[in-house]
Amino acid sequence: MKDREGGKLIVKIKHVMSITVVLAGFLLWYAAVQAAEPAVILNVSYDPTRELYQEFNAAFAKYWQKEKSQAVVVKQSHAGSSKQARAVIDGLDADVVTLALAYDVDAIAKVRLLPSDWQKRLPHNSSPYTSTIVFLVRKGNPKGIRDWDDLVKPGVAIIPANPKTSGAARWAYLSAWGYALKKYGNDDSKAKEFIGKFYANVPVLDSGARGATTTFVERGIGDVLVGWENEAYLALKELGAGKFEIVTPSISILAEPTVSLVDKVVKRKGTEVVAQAYLQYLYSDEGQEIAAKHFYRPRTEAVAAKYAGQFAKVNLFTIDDVFGGWQKAQQTHFADGGVFDEIYKPNK
Amino acid sequence: MKPIRVTADTDLQWKDSLTTESSLVRRLLIAAAFFYLTLFLFIPLAAVFAEAFKGGMAAYVGSFLNEDALAAIRLTLLVAFVAVPLNAVFGVAAAWAIAKFDFVGKQILVTLIDMPLAVSPVISGLIYVLLFGAQGWLGPWLAEHDIKIIFALPGIVLATIFVTVPFVARELIPLMQSQGRDEEEAAITLGASGWQMFTRVTLPNIKWSLLYGVILCNARAMGEFGAVSVVSGHIRGLTNTMPLHVEILYNEYNAVSAFAVASLLTLLAIVTLAAKAVVERKMLSPIIVADPVLPVQAGSSR
Repeated sequence: MKDREGGKLIVKIKHVMSITVVLAGFLLWYAAVQAAEPAVILNVSYDPTRELYQEFNAAFAKYWQKEKSQAVVVKQSHAGSSKQARAVIDGLDADVVTLALAYDVDAIAKVRLLPSDWQKRLPHNSSPYTSTIVFLVRKGNPKGIRDWDDLVKPGVAIIPANPKTSGAARWAYLSAWGYALKKYGNDDSKAKEFIGKFYANVPVLDSGARGATTTFVERGIGDVLVGWENEAYLALKELGAGKFEIVTPSISILAEPTVSLVDKVVKRKGTEVVAQAYLQYLYSDEGQEIAAKHFYRPRTEAVAAKYAGQFAKVNLFTIDDVFGGWQKAQQTHFADGGVFDEIYKPNK
Repeated sequence: MKPIRVTADTDLQWKDSLTTESSLVRRLLIAAAFFYLTLFLFIPLAAVFAEAFKGGMAAYVGSFLNEDALAAIRLTLLVAFVAVPLNAVFGVAAAWAIAKFDFVGKQILVTLIDMPLAVSPVISGLIYVLLFGAQGWLGPWLAEHDIKIIFALPGIVLATIFVTVPFVARELIPLMQSQGRDEEEAAITLGASGWQMFTRVTLPNIKWSLLYGVILCNARAMGEFGAVSVVSGHIRGLTNTMPLHVEILYNEYNAVSAFAVASLLTLLAIVTLAAKAVVERKMLSPIIVADPVLPVQAGSSR
């Protein structure tokens, strides 16, 4: 009896020991995996830039290895632009942010993670590439959509994203508003009426640009997707050119996605130099070429000239000219109780 | 004699005597059930695998052999590895306290354990952002001491623990309550120490229910999307769990990889179901064993 008890105890001890060994091994392995990584920076970005930064990060790592012989890994995080800004404010350790619009970076500046004059620190308003808002329609353009006017006709189903959460959707809204202002001679109430008709034609509002694209392209809802030019070209490339067509309106907004260092984070992590170089490399020839390849409009003249044939000519206006900047546009149109809330009533 | 005996033939008789529907109705009902399950469960599940293998075996395997996918799998395993044992220990302790003792606030404790099932996962994530986020209650203190909770491993583990708290405890509480404390009291009277009583009396009595709870808890821990999505920060190769990785891949027009990773999660579900079925059968057997009229079966499962 005693022997059996002793044997059982030994078996028990063996069990405990083997579990401990497995546990310790697991933790060691996890620690080793963590430790083996080189200088790491985190780029917190918005939805449609996934493919762009995948290629750009590899190019930058190569460049940095050659210049400074230091290995660098750039981690990526993607979601709707405002959601990402919120995450950085709540403590997501972004070394750099590359967001859809300046307002979202301003929000981060408000909690003093970066200085309020951040937009002056890099060339072209800290916007290394631009884009605009275009229409993606189904093959053959069955509803005959040519310009903004055609969108507000009865029976046309428009798929934009939700301007409350999506950068692209805010650009699209402002773009339509700018068109209406021009058409009706700067009459705000006429523009509001136009936008009202626009959103009356919207069957569903996705929270992000990529969600809107999948709604239109994969779920087959709606007649026209109103969104990023780069996103429209990517959809064409990824999902078959035969199924969709891009329609460029007569005028549209110059969408300036902006980038910034997050000063407080890089200072704490000691990654200021490499993060700064990362953003500057976006303005290099290689960075600009990669942006152009992913259908963002490049900023530097040489690269812009080289890829000029890729983009349709379109009259572009800026948010500063027509709306007096993001802060003002946000206050009037997208804040709680703003114009968008007045206009948009779901399930009409 | 009890009115219902759980043996093969009496079981059948009992069933027949209660079934008064014609065989046509019975068949229609069964067909309807199968049709419904085929439409809403089996076809979607088959579609996951069909999509996953669309690009061939090489593409399927390739979906797992990149750094981000491996990191997501590793993270998911690690999170479950921490969350499940913690909840198992907590579940046993809580069920023990609730079933064997009387104390003030017992009902509140029971309600609290159920709470994660009642709140939306988004809330489960947001409470941790409110607590530990940079703008949250403890945020400034954590930042000062360079401790990362949300948008890092601890936050993901915390959110997972929160949503999986009820599984083990809920499984054990009714069982331990119905078992009462007679056997434990007998063990103590016979001179057993507290630990001996637990390992030799309580644990054997609850082991199958415990395992059942652990299996469900694990399935939820690995599959949780909402709460984890809020606290993850979506950093590839760092804070993306498998369910989050599936969403990312799908949004990148990478359907084959998305469904390949999804098929792995589906396999996990199937394994869970199989394990659940086995454990369920084991859970039922002690009832038969305890029946003195059936001495033959009593020997077989001891």
